Amino acid sequence: MSGHASHAEHSHGSVKSYVIGLILSIVLTIIPFGVVMTGSFSTAVTLLIIVATAVAQVLVQLILFMHMSTKTDEGWNVTSFVFTVAILVLVIGGSLWIMHNLHLNMMIG
Amino acid sequence: MFGKLTLEAIPTDPIIMTTIAGIVVGGLALMAAITYFKKWGYLWTEWITSIDHKKLGIMYFLVALVMLLRGFADAIMMRSQQMMASGGAEGFLPPSHYDQIFTAHGVIMIFFVAMPMVIGLMNLVVPLQIGARDVAFPFLNNLSFWLFAAGVILVNVSLFAGEFAKTGWLAYAPLSGKEYSPGVGVDYWIWALQISGIGTTLTGINFFVTIIKMRTKGMSMFRMPIFTWTSLCANVLIIASFPILTATIALLTLDRYLGMNFFTTDLGGNMMMYVNLIWAWGHPEVYILILPAFGVFSEVISTFARKRLFGYGTMVWATIAITILSFIVWLHHFFTMGAGANVNAFFGIMTMIIAIPTGVKIFNWLFTMYRGRLEFTSPVLWTLGFIITFSLGGMTGVMLSIPAANFVLHNSLFVIAHFHNVIIGGVVFGMLAGLTFWFPKAFGFTLNEKWGKRSFWCWLIGFYVAFTPLYVLSFFGAVRRMQSYENGDWQPLMIVAWVGAVIIAAGIACTLIQFYVSIRDRKQNQDVTGDPWGARTLEWATSSPAPFYNFAHLPEVEGVDDFWRMKERNGGVAPLSEAPYQDIHMPKNTWEGPVLGGLSTVFGFALVWHIWWLAIVGGIGMFAVFMARIFREDVDYYVPAAEVERIESEHRRRVEADASSSTHATQAGGQA
Amino acid sequence: MSTDTLSNQDDHAHEHDHHDTSGTKLFGFWVYLMSDLVIFGSLFATYAVLLRGTADGPTGAEIFELPLILISTFLLLVSSFTYGMAVLAMNADRVAQVKTWLGVTFLLGAGFIGLEAYEFNHLIHLGYGPDRSAFLSAFFTLVGTHGLHVIFGLIWILVMLIQVQTKGLTDMTRPRIMCLSLFWHFLDIVWICVFSFVYLMGVL
Repeated sequence: MSGHASHAEHSHGSVKSYVIGLILSIVLTIIPFGVVMTGSFSTAVTLLIIVATAVAQVLVQLILFMHMSTKTDEGWNVTSFVFTVAILVLVIGGSLWIMHNLHLNMMIG
Repeated sequence: MFGKLTLEAIPTDPIIMTTIAGIVVGGLALMAAITYFKKWGYLWTEWITSIDHKKLGIMYFLVALVMLLRGFADAIMMRSQQMMASGGAEGFLPPSHYDQIFTAHGVIMIFFVAMPMVIGLMNLVVPLQIGARDVAFPFLNNLSFWLFAAGVILVNVSLFAGEFAKTGWLAYAPLSGKEYSPGVGVDYWIWALQISGIGTTLTGINFFVTIIKMRTKGMSMFRMPIFTWTSLCANVLIIASFPILTATIALLTLDRYLGMNFFTTDLGGNMMMYVNLIWAWGHPEVYILILPAFGVFSEVISTFARKRLFGYGTMVWATIAITILSFIVWLHHFFTMGAGANVNAFFGIMTMIIAIPTGVKIFNWLFTMYRGRLEFTSPVLWTLGFIITFSLGGMTGVMLSIPAANFVLHNSLFVIAHFHNVIIGGVVFGMLAGLTFWFPKAFGFTLNEKWGKRSFWCWLIGFYVAFTPLYVLSFFGAVRRMQSYENGDWQPLMIVAWVGAVIIAAGIACTLIQFYVSIRDRKQNQDVTGDPWGARTLEWATSSPAPFYNFAHLPEVEGVDDFWRMKERNGGVAPLSEAPYQDIHMPKNTWEGPVLGGLSTVFGFALVWHIWWLAIVGGIGMFAVFMARIFREDVDYYVPAAEVERIESEHRRRVEADASSSTHATQAGGQA
Repeated sequence: MSTDTLSNQDDHAHEHDHHDTSGTKLFGFWVYLMSDLVIFGSLFATYAVLLRGTADGPTGAEIFELPLILISTFLLLVSSFTYGMAVLAMNADRVAQVKTWLGVTFLLGAGFIGLEAYEFNHLIHLGYGPDRSAFLSAFFTLVGTHGLHVIFGLIWILVMLIQVQTKGLTDMTRPRIMCLSLFWHFLDIVWICVFSFVYLMGVL
């Protein structure tokens, strides 16, 4: 069981990393919420802030909470995540592009 | 009480009635035979609850062959109908029946023949090729099979009770919506595909993790056999694409069951999104089928040319390139929907680019044969037939990928001829080559070559006779999915196509005879050494059939085709395992897999017929069984070293007896 | 000494037998999460396409109550943290703490589901159910699928509470707690996307 503790420390985080993660998450939630509620920026800037904080927060969860790292599983967890995101970008982006063009050409809705 | 299910749901069509009677009588006879020979216990402990990947592979293949017969019966009926229904004649199949047949043919051939053949072959071969004792999650592997079997059962039950979808194999909305398909046909389609699709996703995860995590010592990624590489990429495609199918079918389900409006024609629904989503899964799906077939051909050609595969590295990278490209071409299935020139151009070009890595592969196979000593066994014949036929099919595919040409050819028999050209010439030939090649590893004896070659020639000739007329007819404007046609001039070519289908039927008959003859002569065809072809990869390093633990000692690998090197170091023969042996840690059989499969069949059937209480019972049952599994702790055991020693020395004894008897035989032959 | 089917890294298999099998399990679960991510991706794509299909029904801006959603979001974020505490307690072999943190996580998750149930019920009550328009179908399905996952996670937490109680922290329960941890944080990631792309962008 002694193996557990040492194994745990480098891959399963510490109280400190979880507290940092929680604070970052809350901050990254409040920023876009505040921006949207006050409406103090233009739509384009607001969209940019929402996307940026969302991406940042996803990374916080992945790295600080889920401990995604190139050091475990010979980096296969990172590789598979990056691959999945790439496929999602292709499929979602492609779908929206296709459907947008269909929409324009069909002049429906 | 029984939802929409009444006695009227049992069809009265004479063709279906006869089929039902045949299946019922045959099924009862089979069950009576099992009972008479007291084989239920054997079936339960040795097969149904087995977590042995080799046995699961065999069961996948068995189901696939049975479903091939059913799917092919549909094909023969379609060709007969189109042969007869010329000049507006009605033929023998009314439209509502004909529509179910072409839908069932597509669904069965893709989901319940091609997929289980590919997955069955992966099950049989991949753990052996990477030097593992089982897959990463053996219970899940058993569960995947039984979820797949649930889908098979639901498709077949649709024959007895109710109807099957009349929508075509992908059930395009809004035709598959509640408004235009109020019957249970689409619901059978939904639940058969949803349940078996989840099984496929689990298989994909299982084999991906197996290949990543369980390779034997020394087997780095670039020392893996090509079949393992192509399986790895196919599993990546399964993991990334089958969830799209799951989601799409779920949305269609919500439309049909809860009155939602995803793909409806009113209230803001968008039917084109259905087509978009289903093909975002559907295109990767065809590569899930063809990549492992490419792997089979690579193994076959390098084995029988007695050469290392030409361009191992380019083969791997071509496979990876195809894997990624297969996700950016899906719009070529609906160029004509109206996304416009820019979108069509992009997807057309991407489609053409896929031909490049595929061409690389073709050249690799050709160069492997070049200056090799090619032995014309039936797996090699399938491979040569594939190279020619698949290249032709690929070229008609490139023709279809040109958007302007596609506007003329879409929805015509050209499309039908094209995809049969690549699926029969690629997947079917590949799976039959793989079946012949790895059969001895599964059963311990080789298949009869004479009948194998007859089967090949029937399939090859039959394919061209059946589908060349369809290419020709398409230029005269023949569209797909026609129950009858006005133009009597088409009939001669339709008759030729029918003849082709009959020749293919003869090919299937040859395969069945091949099984019979081979099992009858199994003593003469025995594979004693475990390496009947003089092959190159690890699956041949153990006995045939492989012991349930695969390897007494896990092999250590130093390069590509390492078994070949092992044999060279050992004076040309495969090294046998040596004592001392160790206890081997193995998973135990599971009753939970088949029971979960059975309950999910009940669950699906209940939902098809809106029998809500039964669906709830099925759902709760599945949850309870799953909990039972989760709380079970005795999931594994140790095979004692003495037992391993007994099995291994038995194998050694047989090999040595065989070696000395064949030495005697050659000496005797020399003297004579 | 024995060799192991479940891990082929023979040289260290006999030293940390369970680490390798639990590593395989954890990686397998990670790959499952990737496939689940594709399901959510398909639902997000569908939502985006059907966003304008309101069929003269309400738009997002008219029905989303952002303050309520902010509370939901915080419940889930904090539950992610408390689950992390449970994992740390497990690594320190503190069984009682593991159970406490799992219990707290369960309550926060249940609170999230309660708020979602309230939101859905309220909308249906107003006549804005999922059959009202394609937009609402997509909205209910996307958010509801996440909710179903959370409910599944809650059941899983209960199962783990029972198993930690009856079996303790064993080679069987430890990898499961780790897998559930991945699952729970994964649901947080999906929710961040729902919060940002559905709710926040929906009211712009």
